[in-house]
Amino acid sequence: MKRSTFVATGAATGGALVLGFEFAPSGRITSFADAATTRLVGFVTIAPDETITIVQPQAEMGQGVQTSIPMLVAEELDCDWSRVRVESFPAIDKIYNNPAFGIMGTGGSSSVRGWFMPARKVGAQARAMLVAAAAQKFGVAASELRTQNGVVYHDASSRKATYGELAGAAAALTPPADVTLKTHDKFTLIGKPVKRLDIRDKVDGRAQFGIDVVVPGMLYAAIRQSPVFGGTVGHYDEANTLKRPGIKKVVNLKNAVAVVADRFWRAKSALDALNISWSDGPNASLDDAKIAADLKAALDDDASAAVAKQVGDAAAALKGAAKVVSAEYHVPYLAHATMEPMNCTAHVTADSCEIWAPTQFPGPIVQVAQRFTNLTPDKIKIHQTYLGGGFGRRANMDFVIQAIMLSQAAGAPVKLIWTREEDVQHDVYRPVSTTRIKAGLDSTGNLVAWQQRIASPSIFGMNPGFGPPQKVDDSSVEGSADKRYSIPNFLVDYVRKDFAVPVFFWRSVGNSQNGFFFESMLDEVAHAAGKDPYEFRRALLKDTPKLLNVLEMTAKLGNWGKPLPKGSARGIALCESFGSTVGEVAEISVDKGNTLRIHRVAVVIDCGTVVNPDTVVAQMQGGVNFGLTAALFGAINIAKGRVAQHNFYDYQMVRLANAPHIDVEIVTSSGPPTGVGEPGTPPIAPAVANAIFAVTGKRIRTLPFVKAGFTA
Amino acid sequence: MKLSVNGKTVNVDDAPDTPLLWVIRDSVGLTGTKFGCGVAQCGACTVLVNGEATRSCSVPVGSVAGKHVTTVEGLTKGDTLNRVQQAWVDAQVPQCGYCQSGMIVATTALLAKHPHPTDAQIDDSLTNICRCGTYDRIRVAIKKAAGAA
Ligand code: FES
Ligand code: FES
Repeated sequence: MKRSTFVATGAATGGALVLGFEFAPSGRITSFADAATTRLVGFVTIAPDETITIVQPQAEMGQGVQTSIPMLVAEELDCDWSRVRVESFPAIDKIYNNPAFGIMGTGGSSSVRGWFMPARKVGAQARAMLVAAAAQKFGVAASELRTQNGVVYHDASSRKATYGELAGAAAALTPPADVTLKTHDKFTLIGKPVKRLDIRDKVDGRAQFGIDVVVPGMLYAAIRQSPVFGGTVGHYDEANTLKRPGIKKVVNLKNAVAVVADRFWRAKSALDALNISWSDGPNASLDDAKIAADLKAALDDDASAAVAKQVGDAAAALKGAAKVVSAEYHVPYLAHATMEPMNCTAHVTADSCEIWAPTQFPGPIVQVAQRFTNLTPDKIKIHQTYLGGGFGRRANMDFVIQAIMLSQAAGAPVKLIWTREEDVQHDVYRPVSTTRIKAGLDSTGNLVAWQQRIASPSIFGMNPGFGPPQKVDDSSVEGSADKRYSIPNFLVDYVRKDFAVPVFFWRSVGNSQNGFFFESMLDEVAHAAGKDPYEFRRALLKDTPKLLNVLEMTAKLGNWGKPLPKGSARGIALCESFGSTVGEVAEISVDKGNTLRIHRVAVVIDCGTVVNPDTVVAQMQGGVNFGLTAALFGAINIAKGRVAQHNFYDYQMVRLANAPHIDVEIVTSSGPPTGVGEPGTPPIAPAVANAIFAVTGKRIRTLPFVKAGFTA
Repeated sequence: MKLSVNGKTVNVDDAPDTPLLWVIRDSVGLTGTKFGCGVAQCGACTVLVNGEATRSCSVPVGSVAGKHVTTVEGLTKGDTLNRVQQAWVDAQVPQCGYCQSGMIVATTALLAKHPHPTDAQIDDSLTNICRCGTYDRIRVAIKKAAGAA
């Protein structure tokens, strides 16, 4: 059999099928390098031993995409799932672009949403080619054939042929442009809990993360960046450092100094001994007090406010309201603190650039590398690895650019590793945000007016590469402005106020703070109306059956209204984000010493069609703990222009002892799939805060809870 | 100096005050043991030293001379997982997986000491951080592994 393979861009949603030919198999399928294999539609390789290798282009950072995307292909291919292998992290190619972004990258809870149709189409095309090959072989019409578990059958003549037998002939055919996808009732794989294909590698140390990359001749780098945002390097003791064993180079990157050595620990120790002095620049006096004062002033800055959403006349309705409830809420900056610290390996020579990175966005790295090396894209090779957590952090390019510059300076492959302290102090942060909300009730306790202003830095404004600037940054108001409760007079507006602290996408983005603002305030309003917070929400959702269903299921799973011992209570919250609706009930207790325990969280999600239910459950569990960590402990404080936190001892995480038991129920739906990686996070902070109010009568309007005197 | 790692003697020339973690990763070349914090806070770097769960980022290599170091790679016999690893697969614990080497090694040490640990014993000895929040499944897997003992 010939090693010819072909590639089609049929992956792009609705795009024309463009065929190209590729005469060498991808170098990454090393195990098949000597076997005759064929690759169908750029994604499917079938070996004579019936092993099916499916290319999976999305970043695997724990969300299970390495299993769910191949499931989509395999479903339509009708192959034997037990023979499926995954080829992850393929070379950069436009056929692997995330259909949701038009570039290879992972974020915005978009992987399954983006690939749901294109990946199935790939599977269906490959299947159609195998059927056509069988039709030729048997001399019958394709319509007389059926497929099952990797075999094509001609029942009339009791003949059959396996995919492995047919693959060579199939590869010579043209993929059909039009294929019919299965109706949902025919799914045999989608919707079943499938064991994740990456788990085996993650229990014995063999999974390769970015930090584990080893390249021949590789050096290691440790880096220290200006503690003050915007500061630059002053002076350091280079001569003495170079005398230490194994030290190759000290590199001044203007806002950072790096030491390159033959081992990481030598680089890191030498860096500690460098005695760097810094020139702090214009931000050296920035602190929390100034940020809070500026945000407070922004709340009164009517002239700068831009309307995000307006229905009716909130101001007039407030004037006529029988009762007005007002409050201000505030959340701090947050770091991502991925478990694997930032790192990247780069090897730049005069005519090549190779990069190994735990990145969410391998696609744009090509452009970044072009800019820093002046090489053409064909000279630039990106290797993606497993990510030890992403949460949005690894869509940023800072650590990649540093590795490129360090390899250029050292003239060798360099693996750059940040310490945890660098990671905490030089993250790109979830923005600080402040809001003022006024809600009006009529004489029977109905919510008739909601007026809310949000003041915060703008992620899109401060990261212009990620989209055109908007008058109202969606990422600042999502989770408030797009709420779907029936409130006849509703206004959310926004005042942008940036600071020198860099901001970025953090799991669930604006929903992370707006979910807390809105769902806590709604609880306040329910209590002011003398109503049960669950029933109050129900009444506001009578025109939104999808949300109402999730709310009611959540109350049921969360035992809403059932008696609890003294000192315990439940809180409820409902948030929509990334197209999904998630309700959560938190069951908590607070003892006399103000120790807060979160015993159980009930989660219900409606995320449309579910591909792998077990990963949806896992993402809800993880999303809750992520949001809970922020609600309980999370705060990045700014003092003297720098981050006050350093490491996990002062940037605390939820651990096993304070992690709740989390029960998850998934709504049965045949709607289009919606986001899963992020939507579990927003409801937990308000659910717990509302429960705290129910137990203690104390309303928490500023996160985290530990700042309000609670311990966990 | 000579080190015993996963039953093999290896020679390393790192300075004795180098943290065991970096010797294991960069000199011995076993990368299953992870760097998470460097200050004994997260447990990603947990290895067994003479059977005791030890945060290798905060132990100088000089102090383990003559002792037996076991990393996550040393828990498998050939391709066969130990019962903790198997329970981790069965309960589908890992998400990103980065913390899980440390979790599995720490659990292996816990079960050696307390074959049927109580929740309180689990909470006290598994103080490792999982940023992906897999804690519920970790507890399930520990109990599964204990049951399989
Ligand atoms: S790296 Fe050793 S405890 Fe975190
Ligand atoms: S699985 Fe990602 S940190 Fe634990």
